[in-house]
Amino acid sequence: MALVLTEDQELIAKTARDFVDEESPVSRMRALRDSRDETGFSRPLWKQMAELGWLGIPFPEAVGGAGMGHADLALVLEALGRNLAPEPILSNVLMGGQALLLAGSEGQQEEWLVPLVNGDKLVSLAYAERASRYAPNKIEAKADKSGDGWTLSGEKVHVLDGHVADVFVVSALTPGGVSLFLVPADASGLSRERLVRMDSRGAANLTLDGVAVPADAMLGEEGQGAAVVEQVIDRATVGLCAEMLGGMTRAFELTLDYLKEREQFGVKIGSFQGLQHRAAELFMEIELARSAVMAASRAIDDDDPDLARLVSLTKARCSDAYVLAGNEGVQMFGGVGMTDEYDIGLYLKRARAAELTFGDSGWHRDRWARLSGY
Amino acid sequence: MADLDTFRAETAKWLDQNAPQSIRGIPATELDGNWGGKKAKYANPDLKTWLDVCAAKGFTAPTWPLEYGGGGLSKAEEKVLHQEMGKLRLPPPLVGFGLTMIGPTLLRFGTEDQKKEHLTKITRGEIRWCQGYSEPGSGSDLASLQTRAVRDGDDFVISGQKVWTSYADQADWIFALVRTDPKAKKQEGITFILIDMDQPGVAVKPILLISGKSPFCETYFDEVRVPVKNVISEINAGWTVAKALLGHERSMIAGTFGGASAPKRKKSRFVELAERYVGFDAEGRIDDAVLRDDVARSEMDTRAFGLTVQRSTDAAKAGHQPGPESSMFKVYATETNMRRHEVMVRMMGAQATGWEGAGFDEEETELTKAWLRTRGNSIEGGTSEIQLNIIAKRVLGLPD
Repeated sequence: MALVLTEDQELIAKTARDFVDEESPVSRMRALRDSRDETGFSRPLWKQMAELGWLGIPFPEAVGGAGMGHADLALVLEALGRNLAPEPILSNVLMGGQALLLAGSEGQQEEWLVPLVNGDKLVSLAYAERASRYAPNKIEAKADKSGDGWTLSGEKVHVLDGHVADVFVVSALTPGGVSLFLVPADASGLSRERLVRMDSRGAANLTLDGVAVPADAMLGEEGQGAAVVEQVIDRATVGLCAEMLGGMTRAFELTLDYLKEREQFGVKIGSFQGLQHRAAELFMEIELARSAVMAASRAIDDDDPDLARLVSLTKARCSDAYVLAGNEGVQMFGGVGMTDEYDIGLYLKRARAAELTFGDSGWHRDRWARLSGY
Repeated sequence: MADLDTFRAETAKWLDQNAPQSIRGIPATELDGNWGGKKAKYANPDLKTWLDVCAAKGFTAPTWPLEYGGGGLSKAEEKVLHQEMGKLRLPPPLVGFGLTMIGPTLLRFGTEDQKKEHLTKITRGEIRWCQGYSEPGSGSDLASLQTRAVRDGDDFVISGQKVWTSYADQADWIFALVRTDPKAKKQEGITFILIDMDQPGVAVKPILLISGKSPFCETYFDEVRVPVKNVISEINAGWTVAKALLGHERSMIAGTFGGASAPKRKKSRFVELAERYVGFDAEGRIDDAVLRDDVARSEMDTRAFGLTVQRSTDAAKAGHQPGPESSMFKVYATETNMRRHEVMVRMMGAQATGWEGAGFDEEETELTKAWLRTRGNSIEGGTSEIQLNIIAKRVLGLPD
């Protein structure tokens, strides 16, 4: 697929941008943070996003989706990332939802995916554990056969938007390997603890203490969960990168505006070559990140055999570029950049948190090397 | 599309009938192909035959108009031609600054007489051109150039010195920037002029580089007479012409260093070097974690750059104006190429210390010299710092 927006995509991007500018200024995310809002996002706005069709973009019409692609979804995520919107698209549409799409039975999709797309139910993916670091299937949680069903035990960490999920897709070891299970949030033996993160994105840690689920709670085949998780995380990584692209672009815009308005020594500080060259370097990194996001999102839609390497390329670039945009932004704002009052610090925190989600640039370079055979 | 298919079939047939067997499979890049000109020497006479048959067919400059020796082809037909040449692994019949720099400039700014006089000689490979821009005192600040051109009747009398004139020792004509109005603001007193180098007063001296090679020269003009009719565009309007031409040069440099058209190898050069010099651990991984990371970083930089060039090309095909990303091509392509060579040299280890003679094979000394040559990439054609200035001011709108 060509690396250029179609007319339809131009329209999606503009609609999303207008909606986010209108309904979701950064001040909204700030207010939710300052009031220690229990949900951490707006349920009415989430419902509106469902009505706009955003939650159904990468799903077939059979489950109420739009039958569109990840290249389209990336445009919405980029717009949301610009204003640090906290709504749980990444965790639901790209993690829980993709697991249901790739491995769920018709019945499971009917029960959970259709209401997810409608904005009525929330589904999180619980895969990472303390020892996993970034390897998605390095886990210790277990599911033991008991009667017709399974009993799950273990801990899951950094479950994105796990504090509000109605159901979890949980990975656990079974005799055949890694398997996936649908576990309702109110299941007996499951407890969750909300995490308060520096970037205000919602998350929870889970404890599974002998959680009993019936046989039909298994998502996909027994022992076949690892490949599903890997595929889901690749897709989610691209989505996160699209969001990061929006964030770094906006952080850079704020910084450029400041360089053009702030005066010291009687001149605009943007006239200093020491700052101009750093701004130009950052500009290049953001342009390269944009190309990578466009290529990777299209590669998902095209079933590109080189998808995994493109994902790693994209996450490595977006991690470095967004952190650079955050660091340079704070530096160029100077003292006020260190204050909570200015938005640039919010981007710095989101950049760092996003970098440390799904693997940082070093981890992804190593993965690229491995996939390239060296 | 049916027309393109017909063109493809005819072209494939013509190439197979006309391309000498001995040149098939010769790799040639922009920088080591057949440059033509009066001083050209052919180790393989079939390369000259190949040039002549292509020139007669208009295939040395496929998209130029027929009346100037071009092929009159569309961009789409040109692409088909290149694909079919690729299938037979044919080198381009002719390369050089005539085709890539002065030719397009003449097509845009030249008079009918100038086009008639020069373009056909370029397409036939009869005249080799070089570029006279930089001077000893005018590098990044090109507009400060001092080579004087004084009007004397129908001639200009030119005196001064140019430097970094690529392959001037093998060129027949030079296109140069000269100062025609010393009193005007520096950009406004410059004229773009064509000079025949085969005349009294022109002297050329090659410059020995740190790589041991001499691709550049110093070129001296001592009261050289050049007809006024050799001025391109207007007298004192040379800066506009030069800027348009620099655009060609920068995109050519970006294309040479791993743009979308970078040649694909079966095995990456890095892996070849790792096999020979570094080794692999039990898991089959390059046995040096830092080098492995450097290799991955370098490969990813190249891939991301290729995608960015593709994005720009795809946008152009869709009818959009060039986006801001195109301003970064020269600086990023060259910096990436330089880092790539740094990594390769470090992979070779002590074998990269060779210059010549026993103990080192040619591939080793050539790679070392290639690395040394890359150090100039961020200087020639507008330094990286100048490129960053351009991005900061023209793209990002930062103040002076």
